[in-house]
Amino acid sequence: MLRSYKLHWRKKMNLEPLRAELEEIIPGSVMEIITNPSPSAQHSLLINPEHGLAVATYLRDAPDLRFDYCSNVTGIDWPAPETPGKVGLKEMEEDIEQDGDEDDCAKAGYLEVVYHLYSMEKKHGPVILRMRTCDRGKRVHLPSFTPIWRSADFQEREIFDLFGVIFDGHPDLRRILMWDEFKDHPMRRDYVEPDDYEYEPTAHDEVLKKTMQHHSKHQ
Amino acid sequence: MDEGLKSELSRQGVVATSLQELYNWGRRSSLWPLNFGLACCAIEMIASTMARYDMARFGAEVFRPSPRQADLMIVAGTITKKMAPQVVRLYNQMPEPKYVISMGACAISGGPFKQGYNVLKGIDRYIPVDIYIPGCPPRPEALIDALMALQRKIDAQQLTGESRPRHLNADEPSEFTVPTFGSHDLEPPQNPAVWHAPLVQIALAEEDESGTA
Repeated sequence: MLRSYKLHWRKKMNLEPLRAELEEIIPGSVMEIITNPSPSAQHSLLINPEHGLAVATYLRDAPDLRFDYCSNVTGIDWPAPETPGKVGLKEMEEDIEQDGDEDDCAKAGYLEVVYHLYSMEKKHGPVILRMRTCDRGKRVHLPSFTPIWRSADFQEREIFDLFGVIFDGHPDLRRILMWDEFKDHPMRRDYVEPDDYEYEPTAHDEVLKKTMQHHSKHQ
Repeated sequence: MDEGLKSELSRQGVVATSLQELYNWGRRSSLWPLNFGLACCAIEMIASTMARYDMARFGAEVFRPSPRQADLMIVAGTITKKMAPQVVRLYNQMPEPKYVISMGACAISGGPFKQGYNVLKGIDRYIPVDIYIPGCPPRPEALIDALMALQRKIDAQQLTGESRPRHLNADEPSEFTVPTFGSHDLEPPQNPAVWHAPLVQIALAEEDESGTA
């Protein structure tokens, strides 16, 4: 059965029919389509974490979708915008600020996880899924897709390690790059690195500033 | 012994030497490197040992997989903070006399990854380094040059007196603090007995175009 949204390698994908189908099967699962204005035009589906597992299972198992391969999982840190509508902010960020107004959850900034799905069987893809946490502090739980796609295992651990997203249902959620005793999440934008700028022989720009700060503190 | 007399004797087929020369010659001519690599520099290190560059010509062909049998540590690659304790522990497990070559920009200072959250800013913060080779990565010729420089260094060592090497001085340590994993960084972030930040007048850096002042 050939449907209009049947996706082919390298072909621009149409997410509207897929969104409609998902909404029909799992009401309330898709929150919006996030468009990507770049030439790659890899638009993505922002899905509701509550229905995340159901959406993922459906995408994998539906006979005409069969997204059997999760090629990439990545994380993004979106801190709370300092001054809404600030000059110089990118279009993308402005979009998200507007989303934040609709959702009281997202006002304090949030963490986002992005999944890239392909189908080896049907030779189509990618479908890009996004999920957002409520904030960047305590409500950082998202459903783990490792039970659906085993390839997400290490990458979800990496996101847990570097961003601090807690994946519920992950079989083995521990740090993967940093050591177990480490407390911070280094890829967060507000990560405070240890002050080891005692010797920067070719300091410039940002490093020079930090080196000056270090030396003014230790003199 | 007078150098002229020595060369005169050797021309007549009489070898005259001193215990120090013999000792240093023996050590420098059979350096056994520890067989480990941390990143891309290790590929160059491997190339140096193979047929084209043939580091065996300098007596360093026996790469040992055990630190107990090695006397040269070639730190070839980026040292992540997670790996640093293991590198120091391997160094501690090597018997004296032991030497360290810090190979490439990463092992010297962190190199292109210097500001990375998990990158150690040079192995010399924890263990004493004998030879530094800059490069990213250094070519095999550079590693061979470093080996020859190390051999010259060993050749020049006095067995007695104040300037004798560490392994002949009972007061000098042969093991160094293994850092532990802290909650934000390695503890300690450097070994003050081994490394001090070189003095850089950073206040003048902005006035100096090179930034080093």
